[in-house]
Amino acid sequence: MYFRGDTVMAPPVVFADLLSNFWVLLVIKLGLIAAVVPGLALVAIYGELKISAHMQSRIGPYFAGGRWGWAQPLADGLKFIQKEDLVPDDADEYVFKFAPYVVLAGTLATFVIIPWGPRLIIRDLDLGLFYLLAVSSISTIGVLMAGWSSANKYSLMGGLRAGAQLIAYELPLVLAAVGVAVQAETLSLPGIVDAQGIDALYTIPGTDIGLPFIMVGQIVGFAIFLIASLAELSRTPFDMPIAESELVMGYLTEYSGLRFTMFFLGEYAGMVGLAAIASTLFLGGYYFPGIPADAADFVGPMVLVGKVGVLVFLFIWMRWTFPRLREDQLQSLAWKWLIPIALANIAVTAVFKVAF
Amino acid sequence: MATRPLPKIPLTGLAKGMWLTLKTLFTKPVTVNYPLEKEIPVPRARGVIALDVDNCTVCMLCARECPDWCIYIEGHKEEQPPSKPGGRPRSRAVLDRFDIDYALCMYCGICVEVCPFDALYWSPEYEYSERDISAMLHDKERLTDWLTTVPDPPPLES
Repeated sequence: MYFRGDTVMAPPVVFADLLSNFWVLLVIKLGLIAAVVPGLALVAIYGELKISAHMQSRIGPYFAGGRWGWAQPLADGLKFIQKEDLVPDDADEYVFKFAPYVVLAGTLATFVIIPWGPRLIIRDLDLGLFYLLAVSSISTIGVLMAGWSSANKYSLMGGLRAGAQLIAYELPLVLAAVGVAVQAETLSLPGIVDAQGIDALYTIPGTDIGLPFIMVGQIVGFAIFLIASLAELSRTPFDMPIAESELVMGYLTEYSGLRFTMFFLGEYAGMVGLAAIASTLFLGGYYFPGIPADAADFVGPMVLVGKVGVLVFLFIWMRWTFPRLREDQLQSLAWKWLIPIALANIAVTAVFKVAF
Repeated sequence: MATRPLPKIPLTGLAKGMWLTLKTLFTKPVTVNYPLEKEIPVPRARGVIALDVDNCTVCMLCARECPDWCIYIEGHKEEQPPSKPGGRPRSRAVLDRFDIDYALCMYCGICVEVCPFDALYWSPEYEYSERDISAMLHDKERLTDWLTTVPDPPPLES
């Protein structure tokens, strides 16, 4: 982990040498990401299975793992690993095989700059927000690669729809985040969290931290960010790219086995990642009103995971409530509503920032 | 003059839908945990067809009316002694084979409807799935065994 100019939490001397070695630290960080991110994705998958079941008056997985079906996502993963890795005859083989890695890499790269605590962050980039929005569009390329290389009309249509949708909803996502950047006067994610916490203009009486941005002017930005994240994840109100009733499974049609698992894990890891980013930008990150800022080192990760849990529940809840949008409705929602509102939001935020 | 409906507040429909799914999330699921607990089917449920061999006259009406052709019947005629001395010997049809292939059956119940001698009955039993599709062909003996599960007919209206 990266220690921001602080020696209080410095590791013992024996490990200090080891940890100061760039390569050792890199391996540790990679191992942590590789362990934590799929773990969070599995929890999200289990939540989706159970919540969707109960929203439909069912019980859901019940037997796997002995109690409440807690091992169902693991069992599904094992099942996927056993399956044959099919490549269609006409497929562009190397592009076809490479596409899942691109999608997963774009998703995993967002976890680099998520601050889980005041000192618990893989890399505190000064341009964190910019980096985030840049890497989150890498997976668009992966989706387009998958759609094109499958040599399947459904895949191609799904890939093209995904391309159009992800580009259309990238803009509201970026513009909603710009409002936060204006208000926080920084692009670094820990800086944004501090601007809502210990560096806030007005603190909550009785505590030493401020209100999160969602309560001081960015509620419109939060709504736009949430809708755009749903669309970026291609989840159900916006799942035109993989619309089962029209396109079989869209750009995923020809994938099987472990490569399909990668897309699947990527979707749920992306859900956790975007929820973590939304809670960092709008909900005050690892600070929580009432918990003193000094305790954030230990309580912070739990607070952030709690906020992520709430947002992931909201994503799942919306998925199992709303029907799918039509392609033209989807585009007009982005271009005619979200982008103008997001632009107006930036203007208003800037005016207030200058005025006060 | 008819009153015009009030203009709708935007997004209330979305909120209503969200409220419905949230309410359902906290209500008790309607499903039962099947292998451990079972629902009791209603008496008139179409589970399986039972055969009463004594009533069957091998008339073949059921086999001919079956839309899926899933009933197989074979029989032969037997001479019977005349009922009165000096009378004409009568012939009687004997059932040799009566199979229903439940892999083909679509549970329409036309065979039960069409049987003129009440040889076929509906039984609400439904647990007879098999690992081998050929085992779905129930023979005469197995169909007769289902007869014990046939519920009593409803009482006549006076």
